[in-house]
Amino acid sequence: MNLVGILSLLVSSTFVYSTPLVFTALGGVYSENSGITNVGLEGIMTMGAFSSVVFNLTFASTFGKLTPWLGLLVGGVVGLLFSLLHAVATINFHADHVISGTVLNLMAPPLGVFLVKAIYDKGQTENITQSFGYFSFPGLADIPVIGPILFKNTSAPAWVAIIVSIILWWVLYKTRFGLRLRACGENPQAADTMGVNVYGMRYAGVLISGFLGGIGGAVFAQAISGNFSISTIVGQGFMALAAMIFGKWNPIGAMLASLFFGFAQSISIIGNQLPFFNHIPSVYMQIAPYVITIVILVLFFGKSVAPAADGQNYIKSK
Amino acid sequence: MENTTNVIEMKHIVKDFNGFKANNDINLTLRKGEILALLGENGAGKSTLMSILSGLLMPTSGEIDVRGQEVEIKNPTVAKNLGIGMVHQHFMLMESFTVLENIILGHETTKGPKLDFKKAQQQIEELSQRYNLNIDPKKKVSEITVAQQQRVEILKVLYRGADIMIFDEPTAVLTPQEITEFIQIIKELAKEGKSIILITHKLEEIKRAADRVTVIRAGKSVGTFDVSDVTNNRLAELMVGRHVNMKLDKPSAEVGKTTLKVSDLKVKNKQGILALKGLSFNLRAGEILGVAGIDGNGQDELVRALTGMQHVDSGKISINDEDMTNQKVRKITEKGVSYIPSDRQKYGLILPFSISDNLALQNYYQQPYSSHHVMHYDLIHQHADELIKKFDIRTTGSSLPVSDLSGGNQQKVIIARELDLDSDLIIAFQPTRGLDVGAIEYIHQQLLLERAKGKAILLISYELDEIMQLSDRIIVLHDGDISGEVKPEETSDEELGLLMTGIKKEGNAFA
Repeated sequence: MNLVGILSLLVSSTFVYSTPLVFTALGGVYSENSGITNVGLEGIMTMGAFSSVVFNLTFASTFGKLTPWLGLLVGGVVGLLFSLLHAVATINFHADHVISGTVLNLMAPPLGVFLVKAIYDKGQTENITQSFGYFSFPGLADIPVIGPILFKNTSAPAWVAIIVSIILWWVLYKTRFGLRLRACGENPQAADTMGVNVYGMRYAGVLISGFLGGIGGAVFAQAISGNFSISTIVGQGFMALAAMIFGKWNPIGAMLASLFFGFAQSISIIGNQLPFFNHIPSVYMQIAPYVITIVILVLFFGKSVAPAADGQNYIKSK
Repeated sequence: MENTTNVIEMKHIVKDFNGFKANNDINLTLRKGEILALLGENGAGKSTLMSILSGLLMPTSGEIDVRGQEVEIKNPTVAKNLGIGMVHQHFMLMESFTVLENIILGHETTKGPKLDFKKAQQQIEELSQRYNLNIDPKKKVSEITVAQQQRVEILKVLYRGADIMIFDEPTAVLTPQEITEFIQIIKELAKEGKSIILITHKLEEIKRAADRVTVIRAGKSVGTFDVSDVTNNRLAELMVGRHVNMKLDKPSAEVGKTTLKVSDLKVKNKQGILALKGLSFNLRAGEILGVAGIDGNGQDELVRALTGMQHVDSGKISINDEDMTNQKVRKITEKGVSYIPSDRQKYGLILPFSISDNLALQNYYQQPYSSHHVMHYDLIHQHADELIKKFDIRTTGSSLPVSDLSGGNQQKVIIARELDLDSDLIIAFQPTRGLDVGAIEYIHQQLLLERAKGKAILLISYELDEIMQLSDRIIVLHDGDISGEVKPEETSDEELGLLMTGIKKEGNAFA
């Protein structure tokens, strides 16, 4: 394989594996900037993956190539509804955010498997027929060197994710909504005295994270796993959380961190096709993404500064 | 006639918190263009009353008229629309946001979906110039001083077009110079036609700044007076409800041998930066050494190093000529150190534990309170009852959780426990923080009694009055170093203020 070939393989597989992380980490960024810690991203992804697969299997013949894209929306909406549990528990009932998030994580996989059993009468679903394949941008793909690496046979959802992360950065730092959302994560008491609806903004933050986390799960199911089983989402939600921390709670940072984690994951999968990496025993390559996640968390968690009131309940006095 | 100039009338305000009446029939009127002081002890109901006026709380009953019209202030937005703005005691700022973002939050101007930062910046700079506030809107709040943060709060209120401004204990965090500047600012605001309510318990400031004063006590109005007509003593009496001894009876010190010797002490803070940069001082038996300074200039690190709770990087601490540098906390305590921490709830007490357990914290492991790891609770209770009587801790029993006590009585529990150790050195860090006049008086007397017994007392406080009243000598901490040493009878608030900001260095202080 020549250098362009190696790079294009690396970039496209990095894109594929990082896309679910980008969406989900962006969700985490919005939830935590509103002040609600969201460790339930894993569970939200699971529900997004489950619902998109069910939708895809049911409607593939109706919507054809459009199915996986609609599946993203379905996964997003189901993720949003699922995150409502977290919002109600933490915002209205002042539950501990970590406990509530853990409930989501514990609940989602058995719920998904139970529903699969109820619908299809088996432990896991069939493979979907309409998945996200490779996509070449017309025109751009023909640019020499850059074209084949970035735009030919690449992942369309990845480009959507990158564009979404830029838009969400702009919304968070340049609009009234973003300012108010961050204020609630920084000092809800102060935001309240300035007439900001703290509960409303925090609902917005959590529900956005539910929507994006659901999309993240749906991307994973429809681009990578191809079906839904108990082991479809195994740790990607936590990786997204790590990416959010590594990215300093900033949408662009979270996107770049997700790309890095996606790169680590893709190395473990395509490593045997790459020079040098094909000499490393595959077991090391497979544990690499998790080890990198842990190492990065240990190195950066203490240094990276979360929104000041992240994880703190706000109780409005009557 | 007079009614036309009243911008606010609060009539018979009652606020009931589950049976506890924080405000019980309070009346208050504010005239246009005046500065009205609202005076009362902690817990008298000042903050509750102002929270009602600013829309954070709803009154249980009573009437509020703003500019002659009866209104219902359901939330802060209603208050804002009525032109009422509040500067809270604890600043309501987002540290990681810029000044600009803090000011516009909740009142943003937008251009399409985008925030219009440029226009907002222009408006803020205009306001800042007009009222001499000198604030750079692009700086982050975490980068500016406390006094500047307060001006950001003032700008927030002005930006919203308020002409009724409430200040909650605004000078608690300021140096004497900053207080003078602050008073100039609010006088300027009043001249421009803003009506101002100044919540305070500092009588001196009322004299300097206010036109009238409304006194409240235990949730009830005591009365409203023209400031020029009442004396400080009279105001103190009205506030507390009994005669208060404003001047402490302090006999001259009988100084003995050196008890505490600190030489070239260097301590790093949590960020690894030197918080104490080679501090040296002596404290002798029978004297009170006051440590003045603005919060965050090394006080925490000094106290933590002395009590063994923080690692000393270099230098030496000796107590009664014995090296106590980097010794264990218990060893230091047993060597003869009593410690009254600044945060009684965090460091001084175990809140859910009973009063008697809290009183036993320093000696539960010793004879006769325990033997062979078995506790003798009868003796602990008995000893607790003695201390409760001796230190006048107001409680119905020693088995109550200490969290049930008022702040003043919680502080008495700590004082009782620590003074009962009969240590040679007493470290008192903000011993009267958040207490009312009566409790402050009591604690000051206890410290003077210990001084008379020949104890060495290190008093670290952010209250200049306290330092000036109690100390025999004063050292001023600035930026981790001693910026000067003065005697209370030879110095002034102004000189101390300059030392606290590091302007004046040692040497001049004795001129």
